[in-house]
Amino acid sequence: MLEINNLNVHYGVIHALKNITLKVDAGEIVTLIGANGAGKTTTLRTISGLIKATSGNILLEGKDLTVLPAPSRVELGISQVPEGRRIFPDMSVYENLELGAFLRKDKASIKKDIDEIFEQFPILGDRRKQMAGTLSGGEQQMLAIGRGLMSKPRILLLDEPSMGLAPLLVREIFNIIQEINRAGTTILLVEQNASMALSIAHRAYVIETGSIVLSGTGEELSKSSEIQKAYLGGE
Amino acid sequence: MDQFLQQIVNGVSLGSIYALIALGYTMIYGIIKLINFAHGDIYMIGAYIGFAVTTYTNLGFFPALIIAMTGCTVLGVIIEKVAYKPLRNSSRIAVLITAIGVSFFLEYTMMFFVGAEVRSYPSLFTKRAFNFGDIVINMQQIYIVLTAVALMILLQFIVHKTKTGKAMRAVSVDKDAAQLMGINVNTTISFTFAIGSAFAGAAGVLVGIYYNSIDPLMGMMPGLKAFVAAVFGGIGNIPGAMIGGLGIGIMETLVSGYGNSMYRDAAVFALLIIILIVKPTGLLGKNTREKV
Repeated sequence: MLEINNLNVHYGVIHALKNITLKVDAGEIVTLIGANGAGKTTTLRTISGLIKATSGNILLEGKDLTVLPAPSRVELGISQVPEGRRIFPDMSVYENLELGAFLRKDKASIKKDIDEIFEQFPILGDRRKQMAGTLSGGEQQMLAIGRGLMSKPRILLLDEPSMGLAPLLVREIFNIIQEINRAGTTILLVEQNASMALSIAHRAYVIETGSIVLSGTGEELSKSSEIQKAYLGGE
Repeated sequence: MDQFLQQIVNGVSLGSIYALIALGYTMIYGIIKLINFAHGDIYMIGAYIGFAVTTYTNLGFFPALIIAMTGCTVLGVIIEKVAYKPLRNSSRIAVLITAIGVSFFLEYTMMFFVGAEVRSYPSLFTKRAFNFGDIVINMQQIYIVLTAVALMILLQFIVHKTKTGKAMRAVSVDKDAAQLMGINVNTTISFTFAIGSAFAGAAGVLVGIYYNSIDPLMGMMPGLKAFVAAVFGGIGNIPGAMIGGLGIGIMETLVSGYGNSMYRDAAVFALLIIILIVKPTGLLGKNTREKV
């Protein structure tokens, strides 16, 4: 589904991503784990088009996206739920979801999809008229995910969905991610919470200072001693 | 008391003109964080377009208003594309200085073509006036206020009910997140300049009617005052610009009516200083807070 080949990104003189190569197959949950500053967010932002790659390419179902602007990538089926949620605080929950469907023209089914989101996240339904900025952290994360789904993406890019949430909520969010995946959306998940991410991922990549250093199935990596030591707090 | 009410009436009509200009300032600031100092000059050009239309053709007030608004829309979009868009990733001070450059460019290009002399606006309305006790409301004031109110209602509708309006709000809060929704940021910025400039054009025609005279440098002072109005209401905030504009207009007429009209400009700028000391975010501005 999504294929990234030898991707390089520079911020001025800093070489942020070095020859990143990874792929996500249809129906998978793939996670990219790594420490702070390793290049996880940069990878996602390059895929969604917020950052320009210096070389390499990004293919979605064989179509080259590398030079397309971000809005065109949304149209082709990439949706990113950004780090820190980035919901629109001065707009209502409902309006946020509407904006998620910005490029869609099918008014009636947008309404239907919003209702489905409210079924999946009843708390958002209760607060549909409330300003999004007044929601709690967990609710905002649900809204951000719901908003990301409104464009009917082929692949959903999730950036640190567990950030700043209480452990119980983190579990809930991860359950939701699994549900979304079972319903047919492919997922690329970036996480610092490596153990949680590995527990739901089919496959995983480990990124360190801009390079992929390890890859394997979620299970393999959670057992690897290297990973245990570096990311899971084991000895 | 009657004199007070009369000054309020005058102030509201002047203030609604300031409000129209302030709206453009505030929307453009909201979306690209630029104080568009050329905005007052777009308003000046709107006044000249209105002048040309009403003087050289037989068209009346409304056609003149619409032609001036259209002309300013085109001008505003071109200025954004040519002068500001190439600087999108430059420092804010570079864009600000460019805006001042554009301002001078418009003022003196206009002076080159139409001359520096003051021209008097044709009177478009009958001299009819309505008396309410000792308060006089004339036809011009009614047209000015009604036009301004209609445009502001239209703006509220665009911003809150249309897709483009929602895109404008999204881009003004978070450009990256807006792009992730599929919103084209450049188109949205152009649209904002288009609306802001159209409003400035309308204000230009209205001020020609209000003061009866126009000249190529007429945009400077009202431009600055509308900027003060936008800051007073809370820059970036649309209802704030409306309130700020009315507030400044009323304050100016009260100062002229009760004090000395020599002081009215000073009073406006004194207000700016006070606002910046007491509540820099303006009446309706809020402190940006972040939630993690």
